[in-house]
Amino acid sequence: MLLKNDKISKIVDGKRVIVKKPELLAPAGNLEKLKVAVHYGADAVFIGGQEYGLRSNADNFTLEEMAEGVRFAEKYGAKIYVTTNIYAHNENMPGLEEYLKGLQEAGVHGIIVADPLIIETARRVAPKLEVHLSTQQSLSNWKAVQFWKEEGLERVVLARETSAEEIREIKEKVDIEIETFIHGAMCIAYSGRCVLSNHMTARDSNRGGCCQSCRWDYDLYKLNGEQETPLFDESDDPFAMSPKDLNLIQSIPKMIELGIDSLKIEGRMKSIHYVATVVSVYRKVIDAYCADPDNFVIRKEWLDELDKCANRDTAPAFFEGVPGYKEQMFGVHSKKTTYDFAGFVLDYDRETKMVTLQQRNFFKPGDIVEFFGPEIENFTQVVGTIWDEDGNEIDAARHPLQIVKFKVEKEVFPYNMMRKEH
Amino acid sequence: MKKPELLVTPTSVSHIHDLAQAGADAIIIGEQRYGLRLAGEFKREDVVEAVKAARQYGVKVYVAMNAIFHNDKVDELSDYIRFLAEAEVDAIVFGDPAVLMTVRETAPHMKLHWNTETTATNWYTCNYWGRKGAKRAVLAREINMDAILEIKEHAEVEIEVQVHGMTCMFQSKRSLIGNYFEYQGKVMEVEKQKYEKGMFLYDKERDNKYPIFEDENGTHIMSPNDICIIDELQDMVDAGIDSFKIDGVLHEADYITKVTSLYRRAIDLCADERDQYEEKKGQLLSEIEAIQPKHRPLDTGFFFKETVY
Repeated sequence: MLLKNDKISKIVDGKRVIVKKPELLAPAGNLEKLKVAVHYGADAVFIGGQEYGLRSNADNFTLEEMAEGVRFAEKYGAKIYVTTNIYAHNENMPGLEEYLKGLQEAGVHGIIVADPLIIETARRVAPKLEVHLSTQQSLSNWKAVQFWKEEGLERVVLARETSAEEIREIKEKVDIEIETFIHGAMCIAYSGRCVLSNHMTARDSNRGGCCQSCRWDYDLYKLNGEQETPLFDESDDPFAMSPKDLNLIQSIPKMIELGIDSLKIEGRMKSIHYVATVVSVYRKVIDAYCADPDNFVIRKEWLDELDKCANRDTAPAFFEGVPGYKEQMFGVHSKKTTYDFAGFVLDYDRETKMVTLQQRNFFKPGDIVEFFGPEIENFTQVVGTIWDEDGNEIDAARHPLQIVKFKVEKEVFPYNMMRKEH
Repeated sequence: MKKPELLVTPTSVSHIHDLAQAGADAIIIGEQRYGLRLAGEFKREDVVEAVKAARQYGVKVYVAMNAIFHNDKVDELSDYIRFLAEAEVDAIVFGDPAVLMTVRETAPHMKLHWNTETTATNWYTCNYWGRKGAKRAVLAREINMDAILEIKEHAEVEIEVQVHGMTCMFQSKRSLIGNYFEYQGKVMEVEKQKYEKGMFLYDKERDNKYPIFEDENGTHIMSPNDICIIDELQDMVDAGIDSFKIDGVLHEADYITKVTSLYRRAIDLCADERDQYEEKKGQLLSEIEAIQPKHRPLDTGFFFKETVY
C-alpha cells in the first residue's frame, strides 16, 4: 500500500502525476564519469577531491577538474556535490579552510560532511556551499535529524539502517531534505563506527583508508575456559559478514511517495559503464513512475539491464526490513559481471552509417555487441569490418582507447556505449 | 599535581564496593537498551542501588546512553533521563544527538559526556560538542599519544582517554552470528547461542582472535588485544588529561578489580612520586601480565602506532 501525500502528487486531467520528483544522485570518480553520469540522466553528481574524502584510492578531482565538471553539469541543470566526509584528525586541520574556499570558487553546489569541524569551517569560510550530513554520522532517528536541522544543514543522508517506516516518520516530523542510498555496495557496520581496517592493516577507515576487512572470511569459535570449540563443521563455509550490494529498484515507487528528496547511487570507484547503466535504468524508473504512478510496473528489461553491470548479488537491505542471512554472501562468490564495456561512441555519420568509437575492451568482427544510451533503445548487432582511424582494415580492435570505425545500422549518438557479453 | 580520575566499569552492584576500595573514582553503568558494550547490565533498580553504593565512597556514577537510536526508542528517552536525574547520577554518556536534545528538554542541568568511540579525532570537534552542552569528550581509541596531548592542549571540555582493556572495532545492526547459524542450517543454535559470551572470530592470516557478541544493539566485534599503558601514563598526567578509563567489558570482575588497584597505584605514584613511578612501572606492568587471560594479549593500542589512509 503506497502512501498518498498531496505535496507529492496531484490530479491532472483526471490522472494522478507526481509533482515532487526526487533528485537522482550519481557517483563519479573522474571527469569522464561525471560527464557520463550527467549525460545519462543524473540530476546531481557527487565527486571526491584530493583531500578530505573517503576514497583515498580513487582518482579524485583537482579543483580545475571540479570547475570543468560544474560547467558541464550546469548545461544540463545538474548539481555537483563534493564528499568531504572524513573524520578529521588534528593533522588534517591545516589546509581545510583553503580547500573549502577552493570548492566554493570552483562553483560546486554542496559538500557532504560528517565532522562538525568541517561543517562549521565551511559555514565560516565558504558559506555558499550547501552542507549535507554524510551517512558516516549514521543518522537513524528523527530527533537527531532535528538536531542537524537546527544546526542549519540543508540536507541529511540517513543511515543505511533506516527502514521505510522510519523514513516516513522522519519526513513527517522534520522538514529537511532527506537523501538515501538506492543502489551499490555498502558497509555492513554502522558507517563511521567501524575501525576493523585500522586494527588489521593500520589503515584509517574513517579517513578513506578502509581495506574492506568485512569482506574477508573468519572462523567462529567459542571459548569455554581455555578450550576453543569451533562453531562450524568441516564442510561448513567460514563465518562471513559480507553484505550483498544494495538494490532498491523495486522500492523506488515507495521512496517517491514518501517524499524522499534525493536517491543516491553508490560507487565513486565504479566504472564508466557501471555509472551509465545504473543511472540510465533509475532515470527510466523515476520518470516512468512520476508520469503515471497508478499504472506503473517495473519492466523486466530494466532489471536485466542492471544485471549487466552488477558486481555482486543484490538485496534491498534495511529499507524493506531487517536483512537476514540471505542478504549476505557466504562461501565462494564469483564476480557477477557478464558484460564488458567494449566501446564509447564519439561520432556517427548518418549518411554512411559509420560509427567512430573509442575502444574500451577487445572486440572483433563477428562479435555480437549491444548499444545503449539515453537517446536510443538498446539494440544488438554483429560487428562487421573494422577500420582504424586512417581507414586501414584491422582484424580486431585490440588497443585500449584506440579509435576505430565500423558500420552500425541504427543511429547512435556521442556518449552512447557499446557492450559485449563475455 | 592534579590527578586524572580513574574511571572503571563494574559488572554488578556488589562489584562497585570492590572497585571503590581498589581506588576507583568513577564508574560507568547502564543497560543495553540505551548503552553500548557494558561490563554489566544495570536495570533501573540497579542504578538506584549503584548510586547508593558509590556515594558511600564518593565515587561518581556515569550512565551510558551512547547507543545509536532508531525512532522506536526516541519517545522513551525522556522518561529514562528523568529517572537518571532523580537517581542523581553524575553524568550521562551520549553519542546520538537525540540524547543531547532530550536532556536539554527534560534535565537541562544533567552533565553530558560525548562518546561515539570512533569519531572524537580532533580538538575542534570535541569543543563543538562542548558548545552543544557536553562537559567532556571521550577520545577515539584510534589516535596516538601526540594527538591526544594536542587535543588536551586545545580542549575546552574535559578529556577522557581509555588506558586499559579492549575496544570496539565494529558495530552492525545486523544479527551476524544468528545469520551465520541460520545459513549453516543450525536454526536451533540461533536462539540458544547468539547472545552467548565467549565467541570470537579467528583471523588466520594475523593469528588474531576478535571477540564477537550480539545484543539489542546488533553485533559487536572487539579488538584482539587489551590496551595496557600503565607504564606510559606520565605524559598524559602531565598534560592534565581529566579521566583515565579502564574498560572491563568481557572481563571477569576480579580481573577488573585487580587492574583498578594497579592503575590506582600507578596514577598516585605518577602524580605524587614520579621517581617511584619510573622505578615501579615495570613491576606494575608485570603484575597485570600475570593476571592477563591467555587469549587476551596486551598491547599499547594506537598510542604509539601510526595509521595511514
